[in-house]
Amino acid sequence: MSTAVHLAFKEVWRNRARFLLFSLVVALITLLVLFIAALGEGLGSGNREYLEKLNADLIVYQDTARLAIAGSRIGCDTRGSIRSVEGVRDAGALGFSSVSVLIDESTDAVYPPELLDISLVGVEPGKPGEPPVVTGQGLLRKSADEAIIDRTVAMVTERGVGDSITIRSTLGNEYEYYSLQVVGITDSRKYGLQPSVFVPIVTWDKVRPKAVAAAVQEDPACNVVAVQLEDPAQLESMRQRLQAQVDRIEAVGRKTAYENTPGYTAQQSTLNTQNGFALLIGVLVVGGFFQIQTLQKVPQIGMLKAIGTPNLVVALAALIQILIVTLVGVIIGSLASFGLSLTMPPNIPIIFDPRSSVIAVVSLLFMGPIGGLVSIRYSLRVEPLIALGLGS
Amino acid sequence: MAAALEAQLVVKQYPVGSGVVTAVDRVSLNLERGGFVALVGPSGSGKTTMLAMMAGLLRPTSGSIVINGQELSQMKETERSRFRRRNIGFTFQANNLVPYLTALENVELMLRLNQQFDAAGRRRAKELLVLLGLEERLHVLPRQLSGGQRQRVAIARSLINRPTLVLADEPTASLDTERAIQVVETLASLVHEQGNAGVMVTHDLRMVEYADRVIQMLDGRVERVVSPQDDLACLADPAECRLIPADVLGFGEPAEV
Repeated sequence: MSTAVHLAFKEVWRNRARFLLFSLVVALITLLVLFIAALGEGLGSGNREYLEKLNADLIVYQDTARLAIAGSRIGCDTRGSIRSVEGVRDAGALGFSSVSVLIDESTDAVYPPELLDISLVGVEPGKPGEPPVVTGQGLLRKSADEAIIDRTVAMVTERGVGDSITIRSTLGNEYEYYSLQVVGITDSRKYGLQPSVFVPIVTWDKVRPKAVAAAVQEDPACNVVAVQLEDPAQLESMRQRLQAQVDRIEAVGRKTAYENTPGYTAQQSTLNTQNGFALLIGVLVVGGFFQIQTLQKVPQIGMLKAIGTPNLVVALAALIQILIVTLVGVIIGSLASFGLSLTMPPNIPIIFDPRSSVIAVVSLLFMGPIGGLVSIRYSLRVEPLIALGLGS
Repeated sequence: MAAALEAQLVVKQYPVGSGVVTAVDRVSLNLERGGFVALVGPSGSGKTTMLAMMAGLLRPTSGSIVINGQELSQMKETERSRFRRRNIGFTFQANNLVPYLTALENVELMLRLNQQFDAAGRRRAKELLVLLGLEERLHVLPRQLSGGQRQRVAIARSLINRPTLVLADEPTASLDTERAIQVVETLASLVHEQGNAGVMVTHDLRMVEYADRVIQMLDGRVERVVSPQDDLACLADPAECRLIPADVLGFGEPAEV
């Protein structure tokens, strides 16, 4: 073992420029893999963040909606039925729309205002679905013109508790503007890749884009219902009980809910495939480099074997070199990724999630030895006769 | 005490198409410790194949090769590899040294492979290189050494473990005459002094005068065995030979040297 380590380190050190150059190639692959993973996490999080953090165990849809939130409509009667099922602790209506917040207050038609597209989420004050605030207070009244904004909206619009925000919506072919008072700020709660503003469900029904004006209803239909259970461990049995006792609904867990948001699965599959290809390319690049190096070293390997160097030492030396090159490359690539991420503008959805980053780094560390297997096998097959000019 | 090398009726054949080619044909050779022989002959005469079999790199088709009392052809590959690093020292024609190890580290490599890399071993490696005139080049990489210096490092590496048998394959092929003579003279004197047995393959008849005996091979057979001091001329011109050639003695008779 010590001879293999000695040979490996001496070769790397005395050819450090060449090995460093190759480590930089590994670093670039690492950068690519980590950024794709971070982009996947960022996009995924942007789609699922609100539903993932939701203070509810089940999401109830209209049964014909096929788990599409925008296509689901649940009325007041159904919400009442859901709340009355044994084992349900509480339930809150949720409505989702896409509108814009004015970053500046100009509503001038000639000089259009700077806008931030947001998800407008209607919730029932005090019920499941209303996010916890980190500053300010929760929603107080069912129909008040007040809002909880998430951290991103607060940051981009530079609004705080007590300030007002202006929502731009549409009614028919016209823009409609609504002013809401910020009563609280919650943490990041993106939905549909947009930051969120939470308003009482009645306000939501009033503000959301509509084709024609309609009278404000006291209990408007919502998209879905967030259900808290007495015992979250009974998720599956409660799901079945709800579906059995309440007509025309479909209940699922949060994970199923966000996996069925439009494009989520396709998006994640695409990014995972890209990451897989990046790793595969990495395996091929590492394999190619070490194979070329082994081919160049055939006479030297033959000589080493002729003087009695065991195959184990030859293989271990090659493996140690591969690990050194890969490790150095992954460290450089990880540091570069971290450095670059600090320079990324906030509108690029990149999140370096510890779990997915660790998985990516471990995959990259395995990439080297897997790629180098062919060259190690080749070096084991080099005949010592080469040293005498007799082998093939 | 067993002879350093005992080769008995060694044959090496290669299948070619439906027939066979005989590269080495019933060669026998005994070599005692302190003996140094040169194996000469034209290209294709079988001398390098014979050397490869003596090193345990090739298995003979028939016959036996015993080094220090141990039969090589009976050993498995890993055993032969271990046997080589403990009992055989090698000097090759080219690619002798590990390019990323210094001269001293190349010699010490054999100590590391044999778990003898201690203070005494390191001291011996330095002494050997100094003895070979490389005291100024101990920490220099092979690419910074001349061809002669590289071969001297290879000689030091081949002798550091005090092997039973030292094998040299065309050690002077890439050297000018002056350096070639220096290298062979050094190799022969160290083999004699250390009590190893040495076999040198060469096609250069100027190098054989440092050997105790010269074995001339032709078409895989021992053509004749001569003393370089007395019969060097006969290698170039058989009419000059005073010793009875091996073909008169009969192939297969051990060539005692």
